[in-house]
Parts: sequence; structure tokens; C-alpha cells
Amino acid sequence: MQILVALVSGLLFGAGLGWSGMADPVRVQAFLDVFGNWDPTLAFVMGGAIIPMAIAWIIKRKLSTPLAAPSFELPGTTNLDRPLAIGAVLFGMGWGIAGLCPGPALADLAIAPLAVLPFVLAMFAGMLVQRAFPLN
Amino acid sequence: MIAAYPNAMPLQGLAGGLLIGLAAAVMLLGLGRIAGVSGLAARATGITGAGAPRGVAIAFVLGLPLGALIIALMTGGIEARFPPSIWPLVIGGLLVGFGTRLGSGCTSGHGVCGLSRLSPRSMLATALFMASGFATVGLLRAGGLL
Repeated sequence: MQILVALVSGLLFGAGLGWSGMADPVRVQAFLDVFGNWDPTLAFVMGGAIIPMAIAWIIKRKLSTPLAAPSFELPGTTNLDRPLAIGAVLFGMGWGIAGLCPGPALADLAIAPLAVLPFVLAMFAGMLVQRAFPLN
Repeated sequence: MIAAYPNAMPLQGLAGGLLIGLAAAVMLLGLGRIAGVSGLAARATGITGAGAPRGVAIAFVLGLPLGALIIALMTGGIEARFPPSIWPLVIGGLLVGFGTRLGSGCTSGHGVCGLSRLSPRSMLATALFMASGFATVGLLRAGGLL
């Protein structure tokens, strides 16, 4: 049952990325290109995504456990530390250079597999480098 | 759709965004977890042992390309334009992989799930990766690389 729920979530997520235009690296990069031919689409995607999720956080308060798992397992860290900040800045650089973040990159494995493969392999390599040199 | 920005797709963006938010809501209310793609991808590949059960992570990660494929089949194709050179993809991929692990999340975990939870960590991370993305693309444009 948990596997099925996770698959449904992934399918909806991938469908949303595809429908919204976010599977297109040029469009994503154009959102970040305020001095070029700016494309605000990504802001609509973020806004659209936050609406159901904000409602979900309100519903969550009424639940003692999730519907298909034994307990809520949510991040409890609250400190604004250096790894968070440095990681976010590095991520933003890569996002700007390639026009890709992890979700669209994985979704593009079905849309443009050969084109996106170098990014996906490099992304996992980057994750392995961070595991070897955690910097925190 | 928006006169000043002829390339923008506000309605598709909003509709796709609602689906993404619904996906994250299914993960939160169904499994009690954050639908953070970088964390779940690291878990699915075994790069980290922490987080969701591995089967959950693998199912979610497999759903991403399958969901995009369904939309592509329904709509007659999804546009995905890539840079002509491999180097932006390799350098960008390394930075995205390293940065999302160090910073505990990406656009989905911090941007969608964390912002809607009003998490201070996610608000800071989102502000920083947005600012960094704008600055990076601005520098690329100033340097004639776009």
C-alpha cells in the first residue's frame, strides 16, 4: 500500500512537471534570466503547488497518523546553519547553469533520455562527493 | 497569455503546479513524509540510508518519468530543450547533487513543501537558491554565455 501511494505521488508529480513546462530546461533557465527574455511561468508553478500543500498542512494537524503509514516522519531541524546556506547557494548555481533541478531531470528521463543523462549522472556523482566530503 | 511575456504559460504552469502540490499532499497525508525529490532520489539509489523506506523512494522516483510520459502521450509531446554543449549539464548536475544534499533539499522539498509549511529553514534555502540562480544566470548572460 505504501509503495502504491508513493507511486501515485510520483506519477502526479511527474505529470505536473510535464504539464507545467518545467521539464524544459530552457524555460526554467528563462525564469532565472531577468535581464534576458524573462519567462515567469515557474512562478505560477510554485504558486500553484503551494496552494494544495498549504491545505494539506492544515489537514495534517487533524491527523494523529498519516492515512497509509504508521507515523509522520517530518524534518524537525530548525536551525539556520551554514550547510543549509552553502548547499542552497551551490544548488542555485547548478540550477541556473543547467536549467534543471532534480525533479525535472528525473522526469526528463522519459522525455529526452539521452540529453538529460549527463545531468542525472553528474547529479548522483555530486551527491556521492557530498557523502565523501560532507562539509558540515 | 501575458502580453509582456509572450513565452509564458501561466495557465499550464498553474495547472501543473496544482498537480505537483497534490502529489506532495498525497505524500504528506498518505505516508507522512516530505515529497523532496533530491532526498528521495538519494534514498532510492542507496546514496543515503536515511529517510523513507527504500521501496517508497524507488516507487516515487519511478513515478516522475512515468507521469511525465503520460502527459507527453496525452498532449502529443512535451517540449524539453537542452543546451547544445554537455558541460553546462555536467557542471550543473555536480552542483545540484552536491548542493541539494548539503542543503537538505531542492525546489520540491524546500520550495513546495517547506514554504507551504512556513519552515524558516526552507524559507532561507528557497531565498538563497533563487537568488543564487538569478545571479548565476545574470552572470552567464553578462559573460555572453547565454
